[in-house]
Amino acid sequence: MIEIKNLSKSYHTADGDVEALRSVSLTIPDGDIFGIIGMSGAGKSTLVRTINMLERPTDGSVVVDGVDMSTLSDAELRKKRREITMIFQGFNLLMQRNCLENVCFPLKISGLAGEKKWREKRAMELLETVGLADKAKAYPAQLSGGQQQRVAIARALATNPKVLLCDEATSALDPTTTASILDLIRSINEKTGITVIIITHQMSVVESVCRHVAILDGGVIAETGEVGEIFSYPTTAAAKRLVFPEGDVIAASVVPGERTIRVVFNGSEATSTPLIAHMAVEEGIEANIAYASTRTLDGREYGSMLLGIRDGEEALRRAIDYLNAADGVMAGEVKF
Amino acid sequence: MFDKLFAPDVLAEAAEIIRTQFPLAIWETVYVTILSTAFAIVIGLPLGVILVVGEKNGIRPLPAWLMRALNVIINLLRSVPFLILMVLVFPLTRAIVGTVVGTVASIVPLVIAAFPFIARLAEGSLREVNPNTIEMAQSLGASPMQIITQVMIPESVPSLISNATIAITTILGYSAMSGIIGGGGLGKIAMNYGYYRYKYLIMVAAVILLILLVQLFQTVGTRLAVKADKRLKNKG
Repeated sequence: MIEIKNLSKSYHTADGDVEALRSVSLTIPDGDIFGIIGMSGAGKSTLVRTINMLERPTDGSVVVDGVDMSTLSDAELRKKRREITMIFQGFNLLMQRNCLENVCFPLKISGLAGEKKWREKRAMELLETVGLADKAKAYPAQLSGGQQQRVAIARALATNPKVLLCDEATSALDPTTTASILDLIRSINEKTGITVIIITHQMSVVESVCRHVAILDGGVIAETGEVGEIFSYPTTAAAKRLVFPEGDVIAASVVPGERTIRVVFNGSEATSTPLIAHMAVEEGIEANIAYASTRTLDGREYGSMLLGIRDGEEALRRAIDYLNAADGVMAGEVKF
Repeated sequence: MFDKLFAPDVLAEAAEIIRTQFPLAIWETVYVTILSTAFAIVIGLPLGVILVVGEKNGIRPLPAWLMRALNVIINLLRSVPFLILMVLVFPLTRAIVGTVVGTVASIVPLVIAAFPFIARLAEGSLREVNPNTIEMAQSLGASPMQIITQVMIPESVPSLISNATIAITTILGYSAMSGIIGGGGLGKIAMNYGYYRYKYLIMVAAVILLILLVQLFQTVGTRLAVKADKRLKNKG
């Protein structure tokens, strides 16, 4: 379990002190996939770096499995970091070493890995896990962004960590590659029970993979809870801004007397318009499309839509069930 | 003064000197250059590392006064003209080699002149390493020493080779200059025959050989740097 307690971080700059984080408190349970979402400058990257003490907090504490990270000596901290590894937006592979050597790197520096043969065997297993066993001898420059991130994930898993920190790990990738990386992270989480903390500015990332989410706004936690809950009933201004980036337009387009369903398409194979049409035909539910922002990439649909439902509670329930049954589609009522 | 440059007797004499003296001179120039570069790298590379990691925001910050002192010493040594530096280090040369004349003796001032230069070149190479890569290593629990030996230096090898090539060609030039006051090699021959005895043909031949040596070092260095760089795609 990771407990972040009253954490603050300020920087001294030429223009005076900047408070990146103000009294942030979060509890992240073991085995969770926890999203921390916020606009750029919200303090997300600072927050995630305080967890492994790449950034020292000005105040407050980070307690990982009962150990207060800020009390550790340099040597103890280095040892602890093998249990809390990290992947990055820019992948950060060693460009002069091949994939196998990159994955061996954390084992080599840990000193506990003994023989080279043993390290390479373990690294090969990890490359197989991420689906890149055939690229073991390739150099990072010869790989695509998605493949580089897979190598980085294999490297981060080498020391059998308990926690994986993902700092905007999919922000440099296209939507299809993002989806495949997130699938990989989810399957690793399911297989190993590793706790995953995902820092992102992309709603779609949190919606597709996270169980819990914290919304960070101006260095403060605006809201935290289960993903479905937060995104269906955003209560704070920061949450609303994230869920409905075109806020005013949406508020204006909602018809009074209708109840609203938010439908999220996350790489679904069904395209939005036929899905709504089928719902009308098969379930007899008429939905008024109040807002839609979707796009199709590689034959898959991404984005979100707001549907106005007029026919009352029962129709609303049926509509939500119908939409949720489609692959890659998430639906829930929202209130304004 | 050039009218008798290609007279038969001049040519014959030049051919004789080239045949008898040049092989040894080339050898002296090459080994002085390579040995001096090697010693200068042994001193300069660690200093370059310290210049980068010892900074305030470096991975292993050192006391500010120490960093300032180091910078001042390096700048100071780099500002002394090589010929004057040779004279200034005579006592040191005598203490180490026992004499101040000769091919071996010229290695001492060459190393003293070259290591601050190499420290700066190494500093530049090491600064090219992406800070995110260093952060990655820290996040995986690497110690400062491991970051230096397993991340910073290996990641900047192509750049270090390029810079070592620059260093070796510069030191080759200095070694020729050392011929003026006792050093051996092609520089000495160019000075003795060309300057003191007006045998310009010999001087020209020595200079051409120096040019060829620079070309050789540069070509080999560039090839090695390219070969070492794994960032270049489409390579076997």
